[in-house]
Amino acid sequence: MPAKASPVRRAFTPPVVPGPPFSITTPISSGSLLSVSSLTLESVSEILAKATALEQEDPLKRARHLAKRRVALLFYESSTRTRTSFELAAKGLGADTTLVSSLSSSIEKGESLKDTGLTLKALGAEAIILRHPNSGAPWLLERETKLPVLNAGDGMHEHPSQALLDLRTILAHLRPGLTQVTAKTLSGVTVTITGDILHSRVARSNMLLLPRLGAQVILCGPPQLLPEVAAEAGPGISIERDFEKAIGQSQVVMMLRIQAERLAGLQLDLEEYKAGYQLNEARLAAHASSDATLVMHPGPIVRGLELTGEVADGPRSLILEQVHHGVAIRMALVYRALAQNSSATGVSA
Amino acid sequence: MSSGQAMILILGGHLIDPAAGIDAPKDIVLKDGRVAEIANPGKTTLSKARHNADVQIVQIVDASGLTVAPGLVDIHVHLREPGQGHKETIATGTAAAAAGGFTSVAAMPNTVPANDSPEITRWMQAPERAASVRVFPIGAATRALKGEVLNDYAALKAAGVVAVTDDGHPILKDSIMREVLINATRNGLSVIQHAEDTRMTGGCSMNAGPTAFRLGLRGMPPEAEYGLVERDIGLVSELAGNGKGKPGTQPHLHVAHTSTAQAVAAVRQARRNGLRVTCEVAPHHFLLTEEHIGAYDTNAKMNPPLRSAADRDAMIQGILDGVVDAIATDHAPHASHEKEVEFERAPNGITGLETALGLCLRWLHGEWKMPLGRVLSLLSAQPAALLGLKGRGTLTVGSYADVVIFNPKQEWAFHAKDSRSKSKNTPFDGWTMQGKVRWTISEGRVVFQA
Repeated sequence: MPAKASPVRRAFTPPVVPGPPFSITTPISSGSLLSVSSLTLESVSEILAKATALEQEDPLKRARHLAKRRVALLFYESSTRTRTSFELAAKGLGADTTLVSSLSSSIEKGESLKDTGLTLKALGAEAIILRHPNSGAPWLLERETKLPVLNAGDGMHEHPSQALLDLRTILAHLRPGLTQVTAKTLSGVTVTITGDILHSRVARSNMLLLPRLGAQVILCGPPQLLPEVAAEAGPGISIERDFEKAIGQSQVVMMLRIQAERLAGLQLDLEEYKAGYQLNEARLAAHASSDATLVMHPGPIVRGLELTGEVADGPRSLILEQVHHGVAIRMALVYRALAQNSSATGVSA
Repeated sequence: MSSGQAMILILGGHLIDPAAGIDAPKDIVLKDGRVAEIANPGKTTLSKARHNADVQIVQIVDASGLTVAPGLVDIHVHLREPGQGHKETIATGTAAAAAGGFTSVAAMPNTVPANDSPEITRWMQAPERAASVRVFPIGAATRALKGEVLNDYAALKAAGVVAVTDDGHPILKDSIMREVLINATRNGLSVIQHAEDTRMTGGCSMNAGPTAFRLGLRGMPPEAEYGLVERDIGLVSELAGNGKGKPGTQPHLHVAHTSTAQAVAAVRQARRNGLRVTCEVAPHHFLLTEEHIGAYDTNAKMNPPLRSAADRDAMIQGILDGVVDAIATDHAPHASHEKEVEFERAPNGITGLETALGLCLRWLHGEWKMPLGRVLSLLSAQPAALLGLKGRGTLTVGSYADVVIFNPKQEWAFHAKDSRSKSKNTPFDGWTMQGKVRWTISEGRVVFQA
């Protein structure tokens, strides 16, 4: 019945087929920021410059840029830093903001992301800032609404505004006064990211952005939280399981929160984890390459787990500085989202 | 379907009937739903009697410049009835089949409720379903697809099922799978396995690997597929040994939609060992890779998922060197509102009935130079033989009058919006196809014409 299997191998050319209808690196709206991979180094420079310009501007004057424009914050997950700083950023530019969160909205009644997005658009939203537990949700929202979308964290995928504010924080310390980034800006800089890489959108955005400026990224963590394939995510990424060796090579040590809610099913002993990967004073003192090694964390931190309170509050810690940079970066992103739109439609900003 | 069947005379076409070894210009007479005569051009008894008033030729099909072949056979489709008529009905699914040149489709049992009874099996084949082409139901191997209690295979077979499977709820327990193989063999039924060790794929929505990591999606490891294929082959081997090669004791295992290089390798090895193990490959698995997910396109989400380029190449290799027995579409329609959601929440599956022939001719024949007869065999003679569909997949005299007539050279663009299927979930929207179907005839009835 079946044709006889022949052992003869035939040469063939793999198919060159039409690509997927939507590419992850090309957002529909030029004002959207869904992934750091869509940003050219030029646009990174522009965002950094805009953040500084807006930050330094007189608040009353600043509030005229987007006066009475409408920005919706659509949050399917809880958030303190990201939500508040996006909100303050949009309000600082004069925009009206509205917050829709998954609790206390029609999302609870089963409304789809598409319908919620279209509803916000009908209400006059000109841009949507989305946080969502599913990777890729911002692409869906952008496709369906055709509005500029700012990704404020999608599942385990990306958190591009966090990577930009982390970059701004790093530059402020290691390259003060710099206004233009290039592929060599961070040459010679090694950044170690430690912890739950597998589930971290902060890690993905940083590991895709920082090497493009010349940085080396070391990923560190146990195999359950850091699979070997992570090193293949892009150029300039390597894995070092020994945290102390990684610290010794780094100018920046970025710690990630251990997300208890994501650990179900993973064989991970928290005491063992702390023994291997907790950032504490003793470890820093013994292994940091210099006193200037910087400690970062996107928050929220769990004191006593991924890092100790002493380190979090210590002189090397940039944790609150990161939060501060977040507002400036997000002002630039909201500005970018709406300014693009206004130039296209002729609406005055 | 038998009453009032008159004659159809197909003139001037080039017949390719791989099972009969014919690749030549032939005229064909179809009568009462069967093939009545195959003759050299102008030599049928009917063409001589064309002007005789006693002979009623209802239709003359001018097939000049066209290829005439046995109607295509798809042994893996989801017609969604009973229970999910918003995705597809037997009427719309078989209309899509006819448009794609298929005249026989084997319908998977993951309906609502599951097809685990003779009643549902008969209901699916009833004239009220208004099927354009012949539907061969595949029965659930276990009650409600739960993998616990075997169904009554004798009763299912008497009602018309051609194989058993638990489809997307693969049978993981060795003891149950062994019982299924034994009982199916006893009743002359094939066992189809959707090979996926679901203990390894919970929460996963694509292939495991660097792309899944980058997209932040949980990945199904290839082991989840080939591990179960290897387990099943082990059981088949054991049972075949117990039967000591006596006829009727050799189980037939058919591996559905193979997608990993290792699964094809396992089937290849099983065949070398003389076991009755067959496999099918879907067009999307020999053309696309996981990169086609792009920006989380839910029309590139199916199960098994699109795999790596190496796996995709292994599917092509397996088709070219003959280890793959059939092309099957795994036609899996879903309503647009079900697919317009977050990638991880979207249901698995894509439509395939209207694109299979065009893709196979464009790539297997056009690009990889597989002879047309072999391509057609993978789409008709071999799948028909594999499930024991007698009188299908060939056009010898006495066979069912299941015919597809197409222009093998004609290129055309497929547009999902024009699909006869109720659903439009396809990654091949806008793609160039080769081989335009002009006529599809099912048991002597013209069911599609373009």
